[in-house]
Amino acid sequence: MIRCEGVGLRYGAQGSAEILRDLDFAVPEGGFRWLLGHSGAGKTSLLKLLYLAIRPSRGTLRLFGTDAARAPRASLPRLRRRIGVVFQDFRLLPHLSAFENVALPLRIARRPEAEVRSDVSEMLRWVGLSGRLDALPAELSGGEQQRVAIARAVIARPSLLLADEPTGNLDEPQAERLMRLIRELNRLGTTVVVATHNEALVARHPAPALALDHGRLVSGG
Amino acid sequence: MAEPRLPHRGTHPRRFDELGLDRALGDRLLPLLVAAMSFLAALTLAGAIAAAAVAAHWRAGAGRALTVQVPDPAAPAAGAAGSRDSAVLALLRSSPGIATARQLTGAELQALLRPWLGSDAGKLPLRLPAVIAVRLAAGTVPPAGLAARLAAAAPGVLVERHASWAGRIAALARSLQACAAVILLLVTLVAAAVVTVATRAGLAARREAIEIVHCLGATDGHIAGLFARRTRRLAGLGGLAGTLLAVPVLFWLGSLAAPFVGLGGGGAGSGGPVPLALLLALPVLPLGAGLIGHLTARITVRVWLRLLP
Ligand SMILES: Nc1ncnc2c1ncn2[C@@H]1O[C@H](COP(=O)(O)OP(=O)(O)OP(=O)(O)O)[C@@H](O)[C@H]1O
Ligand SMILES: [Mg+2]
Repeated sequence: MIRCEGVGLRYGAQGSAEILRDLDFAVPEGGFRWLLGHSGAGKTSLLKLLYLAIRPSRGTLRLFGTDAARAPRASLPRLRRRIGVVFQDFRLLPHLSAFENVALPLRIARRPEAEVRSDVSEMLRWVGLSGRLDALPAELSGGEQQRVAIARAVIARPSLLLADEPTGNLDEPQAERLMRLIRELNRLGTTVVVATHNEALVARHPAPALALDHGRLVSGG
Repeated sequence: MAEPRLPHRGTHPRRFDELGLDRALGDRLLPLLVAAMSFLAALTLAGAIAAAAVAAHWRAGAGRALTVQVPDPAAPAAGAAGSRDSAVLALLRSSPGIATARQLTGAELQALLRPWLGSDAGKLPLRLPAVIAVRLAAGTVPPAGLAARLAAAAPGVLVERHASWAGRIAALARSLQACAAVILLLVTLVAAAVVTVATRAGLAARREAIEIVHCLGATDGHIAGLFARRTRRLAGLGGLAGTLLAVPVLFWLGSLAAPFVGLGGGGAGSGGPVPLALLLALPVLPLGAGLIGHLTARITVRVWLRLLP
């Protein structure tokens, strides 16, 4: 599912320091990985590589059997639609309601409108926001926004789910509920990578981890 | 299971505005500028068509006209029976390619000369020539050797052709049309530049939203299509407004130009003072503006999107 070989990443020009260095690891289809590391270790940067928002500066990154570092640009949207992402900063569209934000991936994939409506309503009910369908992101609390972001990430049943600090704004019971959803999706076959600082959560859900330190993989390779 | 409350906004996927383009106020200037350019284009088009009409009118009128002057008309003709003027008239009428030949009456001659000689022209001791107005059949030139044959019957006869005027006016019309083509080309280029600038501003203002939609797997074509749809509507509406604003001006100009294209005094021909060709060409302007908006926005967005991975 995911295979990194000698991946390096630098932001900006040749010669600037590499943020990620010599990453070698693989995550099998249906696998689950924690992504650990202190702040600034490169967790978000690695996830960005995996959701194809940036391309590696060197090495090969294989996703769904495709060499993402060299695949033609036009082939990437199809890959992206198979990936669900919970962004660390949510990245909800501010002018769209909670409902429309969650509907976005389905509409981009041109799903029938009846299916969009029932799936999105169901998903928002599941994350406890069925009363806030029409609310704009600015009218939602941080935790509510995070739940909208989670709903958007999983609405299209992605094969790969990448979550960046998905519990950062949730209380413990909600974080626990979210982890159970993620484990359930994983049990149904979704490959999952979750970046987190939440050690209690990791302790409650033991699973293999990729640990980063200053852009290098220190365990899980 | 209770049916969940469905948001009204979620029920219109075909007009789904994920980038918030319909909410943009910054695009108000675009229809205004496009309207101004469509107005210019409409006037230019009118000028080109009017020039063509004037040239055609001259080709059909003056270009086909000859004037034949027969000095000393009452004298006997050389080598033929009758007077010089009737001999020339008979020769003209029997020549191929000549539609009509008509001798002006004395009153008509005096009317022609009045501006120069005053109202007493008839009383002056002048020996006026006979003047024969000739119209060639459409699409023909004066028969070869006509002047020589006329001169044989009536030495001193003068054949004057007006076609050189028609030629000069046609050349003028052609250069006016070339100018109009250049102006239309410039207007098109400026419109495309305006759309490019507006689209780039729109892209910059929505960079975040575009990146998100891009990240969720939207293709370049999808995102470019959203911009193109919006710009097509704005430019098309601007084009429509500019064209409609030009219509009263065109009617006014048309009424000024009518005497020169033979539409004076009650409007012979079709379309009143505005030529039919112009009425047919005007609807092309808003459509063209929409098309320019659509294509330019699409190309601009696609080029910009190549900055994203
Ligand atoms: N767009 C960027 N341009 C340049 N440098 C960047 C960019 N994004 C991140 N960095 C740098 O890359 C390093 C890793 O950042 P990253 O966001 O991946 O860390 P992280 O592990 O996600 O941290 P946190 O736990 O705080 O979210 C940091 O030193 C950061 O300053
Ligand atoms: Mg991070």
